[in-house]
Amino acid sequence: MIEFEIPKPIQMTNTALETVAINMMRTKSRYFDEHEHEIPWDYINFMHMAMRQTGAGSLAPEEKKKETPDGKERPRIGYQQLAFMLEMLSWGDTGMYLVTPGGGLGAAAVEASGTPEQKQKFLARFRSEKPVFGAMAMTEPNAGSDTSAIRATAVLDKQTNEWILNGEKIFVTAGHKSLIESDGFVVVWASIDPSAGRAGIRSFVVPAGTSGVTVSKLEHKMGIRASDTASIVMQDARVPFDHILGSAEVIKETTTKGFKGAMATFDATRPLVAAMAIGVARAALETLKEMLEKEGVTIGYGKPRQKMTAIEREVVDMEVMLRSAWLLVIKAVWMADNRRPNSKEASMCKLHAGDIVTKITQRTVEILGPLGYSREYLLEKWFRDAKISDIYEGTGQINRLVVARQILGYSGRDLR
Amino acid sequence: MYSFDPTEEQQMLIDAIQRYSINDLRAKAHDADEEGELPEKLVEKGWELGFLQASIPEKYGGFGERSAVTGVLAMEEMAYGDMAGALAVSTPGLFAMPIAQVGSEEQKQTHLPAIVEGGWTPYTAALIEPHFDFDPDELRTVAKSDGGDYIISGQKVYVPYAASAEAMIVYARLDDRTQGFIVGKGAPGLEVGERQKTLGLYSLPIYKINLKGVRIPKENRLGGPEGHDFAPLLASMRLALSAVAIGMSRAALDYAIEYAKERDVFGVKVAQKQAIAFMLAEMATEIEAIRLLAWEAAWMMDTGKPEAAKQAYLSLAGAIDMTMMVTDRAVQTLGGHGYIREHPVELWMRNGRGIAMLNGLAII
Repeated sequence: MIEFEIPKPIQMTNTALETVAINMMRTKSRYFDEHEHEIPWDYINFMHMAMRQTGAGSLAPEEKKKETPDGKERPRIGYQQLAFMLEMLSWGDTGMYLVTPGGGLGAAAVEASGTPEQKQKFLARFRSEKPVFGAMAMTEPNAGSDTSAIRATAVLDKQTNEWILNGEKIFVTAGHKSLIESDGFVVVWASIDPSAGRAGIRSFVVPAGTSGVTVSKLEHKMGIRASDTASIVMQDARVPFDHILGSAEVIKETTTKGFKGAMATFDATRPLVAAMAIGVARAALETLKEMLEKEGVTIGYGKPRQKMTAIEREVVDMEVMLRSAWLLVIKAVWMADNRRPNSKEASMCKLHAGDIVTKITQRTVEILGPLGYSREYLLEKWFRDAKISDIYEGTGQINRLVVARQILGYSGRDLR
Repeated sequence: MYSFDPTEEQQMLIDAIQRYSINDLRAKAHDADEEGELPEKLVEKGWELGFLQASIPEKYGGFGERSAVTGVLAMEEMAYGDMAGALAVSTPGLFAMPIAQVGSEEQKQTHLPAIVEGGWTPYTAALIEPHFDFDPDELRTVAKSDGGDYIISGQKVYVPYAASAEAMIVYARLDDRTQGFIVGKGAPGLEVGERQKTLGLYSLPIYKINLKGVRIPKENRLGGPEGHDFAPLLASMRLALSAVAIGMSRAALDYAIEYAKERDVFGVKVAQKQAIAFMLAEMATEIEAIRLLAWEAAWMMDTGKPEAAKQAYLSLAGAIDMTMMVTDRAVQTLGGHGYIREHPVELWMRNGRGIAMLNGLAII
């Protein structure tokens, strides 16, 4: 039956998260925006403590269905819960959300393609005393969305049974925190057989303290400045054999199964990144409405367009965008929770959220004129924070490509 | 909890409507548009699917309860075949649904069984007025109390099947509220004007009507002497039209996809060009987004959420732009062929523009 009731446990967490967003994030938003590369430890420590108590926050929710006391299985809502959580924390401050401890994309990758032993081995650290971070390193100076262009290599040293990693990774979100500021790890994508193209690409868990791994640079960005974006250089960095996620075999010919397994992570993470975008968009739209109201402008819903002011039309348009984009996110995570293939929906919600958050934040700044443009308010910051949603976890264009292939029944070869 | 799966019953209904929609409505849509007429048998066959009947309680001759979610699913599927056909089949609903929703007990007993137990019979409603800033909450057609009667004066447009209607609900302004009034066939002062020609919907007979002091007894006020709340009806109309827009847009997208995968260009299929493929991806995304908005509004309505009316409004606001974008791009995808009437996309584009001004021609 078609239903849109927010599950009870989500409603409860949401109320708590809203308090965190208002009191611990909004109050510090401007400071950390203006002090790039400073670390919001108060927020981090608080979230670490809170999440250890509740078990919430992992980007890859538990796989087993929970049972109710009467023995019936409860529907899975893990990804839905995450989407709500990320939306709310990004409504608070999306840059700060990105430094929330707990494995991030790194742990999500281990969850998506690791063996039970690997999960045991690598994920335990996120439950330790101190906050620990995880990251994913895919992008290289010459390989963005085109992951087949990845040049980093992993060679097996048969003598020691270790992988030797070489290469440079850029744009690693929380890379610095994962390797330097905590005892975390980065999941690095590298080729075990450069002649095999995509089929040779695997991901490797590279823990903090691995010799030969250095953080070579911290980027200065347009927005999400509270979040560190690192460059990582690997020079003969060695990790044990069992740090490879997925099979060490390369089956050349037609199959790119290993690669596809890694790409499956995106089906889970894209809707979550979209949820973050929605949080920023909601913050901007709500603030716009509050500020307009203070100026004596109220929005009359229900009028025909011919009778609306330009501002009313804008606001109604933005509400349509925001609500419908959010529902796309909900559907995509609901499918993930129900173990249904959701590549199309994941990309749809991601591209749409990227579109609407950039539009909404651009318009809110414009509508509020000199107030919108001023750093006295957060609208200009959200304008800057928003744009990344259209870029990371696959640009809007890459996601259009994914959706197009899905609706046309095309492979990557049919539609390049 | 969230769920996006229709119930089994809803799925059966969707499947049945889809068969009719594709095999009958779509098959006849081109000729109907050219000839400006929908075959009676075609409309009757749609009526026999029993969708309206299933929204009316047994007590009044039907066999079910109204569900906005089911209504949205049904309208969507019907309009997937042909918008004009979908509106024609559901025209009696314009009269029956408001009575079922907010009518007095007497009105329900008098009118509902006659409509739902018989074959398709033209019952209709008149809401839209000939002004650029037409606003259903501020009608220019007025009703005045006069002893035991109301006297209604004004002009209406786009009234489906007005010329043959057994009865119609005329919406008019009374004490600053929009209220419905049941007006029977041949009421003195009710003048049905000429059939109207519009940008789209050639096959749906719609008429101007003039109300020159039409006198009706007070018990004909929808809801009885105290009248009714118009807001839920308006929300139901908006939601129904959103569903129509969504169904038609889905049709346009599917047609464009199929064409783009067949059409050769520069040694590949035109769908293999990103310029086309990206348009299609955006169309699909936008349709899905607005569809979920409409579904949520319907669910809110069924569960009595206070935000339902606003959500229905947003849903139609979104559907207006979405349909125009999608149907326009469907034509564009076909290029020159899209402009030729042999293909249905130009009809969908003409109909698509109508979503902005046709609220009142559908209700669930």
